[in-house]
Amino acid sequence: MKLEFKMIAVLTAIALASGGILAYTYVSAIDSIEKNKEEAKKKAVTMVLPGVQEYKEVEIDKHTFYFIGEKDGEVIGYAVLTEGSGFQGMIKLMVGFDRDVTKITGLEILENVETPGLGNRITEDWFKEQFKDRMPQLCVVKGRKPENEHEIMAITGATISSRAVTKIVNQAYEKLKKALGGEE
Amino acid sequence: MKKGSASYEFIKGLWKDNPVLVMLLGMCPTLAVSNSAINGIAMGLAVIFVLVMSSLIISAIRKLIPSEVRIPSFIVVIATFVTMTDLFFKAKYPDISKALGPFIPLIIVNCIILARQEAFASKNSVGLSLVDALGMGLGFTWVLFLLGTIREILGFGTWFGHRVLGSWFHPLIVMILPPGAFITLGVLVGLKNLIKKES
Repeated sequence: MKLEFKMIAVLTAIALASGGILAYTYVSAIDSIEKNKEEAKKKAVTMVLPGVQEYKEVEIDKHTFYFIGEKDGEVIGYAVLTEGSGFQGMIKLMVGFDRDVTKITGLEILENVETPGLGNRITEDWFKEQFKDRMPQLCVVKGRKPENEHEIMAITGATISSRAVTKIVNQAYEKLKKALGGEE
Repeated sequence: MKKGSASYEFIKGLWKDNPVLVMLLGMCPTLAVSNSAINGIAMGLAVIFVLVMSSLIISAIRKLIPSEVRIPSFIVVIATFVTMTDLFFKAKYPDISKALGPFIPLIIVNCIILARQEAFASKNSVGLSLVDALGMGLGFTWVLFLLGTIREILGFGTWFGHRVLGSWFHPLIVMILPPGAFITLGVLVGLKNLIKKES
């Protein structure tokens, strides 16, 4: 009886201490984390919409937002912040479109937990650059060079991650089209 | 060197009881992230950090934990620690956190950490556990670095992102994929056994 009691007491104490420490760390870190996220978002908008000076944020759904980018008071493009599932977890990315939503102006990966060295290479510039000036619907090809403006070359050994990014970009486009269409 | 002395407990992780080459522990992160030299080092450093901190805490409270519930206790301590580190980097060093992000889940599943708590930290003093954790962590790191170096050079023709083999070299894609990891590790374990046999 004594052993059972000790087991319960020790595990409870460890779990309580762990919960308490984590709660404390979380509470003291959350403000900075939110601030960093906000800054990362700001940086991403300026990356995917070259020359943007001001932007307005509009919510599409819980995980998708779009930003109306302006320069000298004129709309120069739209950036969509959205997420979707990758190989292991969620991939959060921002993709920019020009004013008439006819081509992609840039792509930034904000968060991902893909395998380092393989799927994680979606954050490399050569992969992101491929999306520039392209137009959804995009699809992934492997083993050969892309032949038309709808094709994106997959990362060697990370076809699933490449496809996931392409799919999220396509969805972002659809969502933006719908949101803008509803506005007019 | 005698078993139980600080220098013995440190050195054993580097070669004699190397966690990767001899104990074959932590295979998941070993095979997954050893496709470039820099990834190997990054993973190694992250593991050293978590391993040392977990060993310190576990060896400090080892007498309070009944052996029947030791495994869940270890896991809660390790998971708490990894999560805390994750939150800390996210808040203070977002750039490092972005680079480390994909490694975090791999550290949690790294059984070297749990194995050292079970085999060593739960039975030895804080000081010895610290030395053991450092040795094991460094042993893990150098093997991952070597694996990463071999696979990056053969698979990409680069080392730390710099081209080391000329344009005549046709990269062996298989080396950066899982089969390349198994083949390279197998060769290394074989070499280790060969050296051990001869000495």
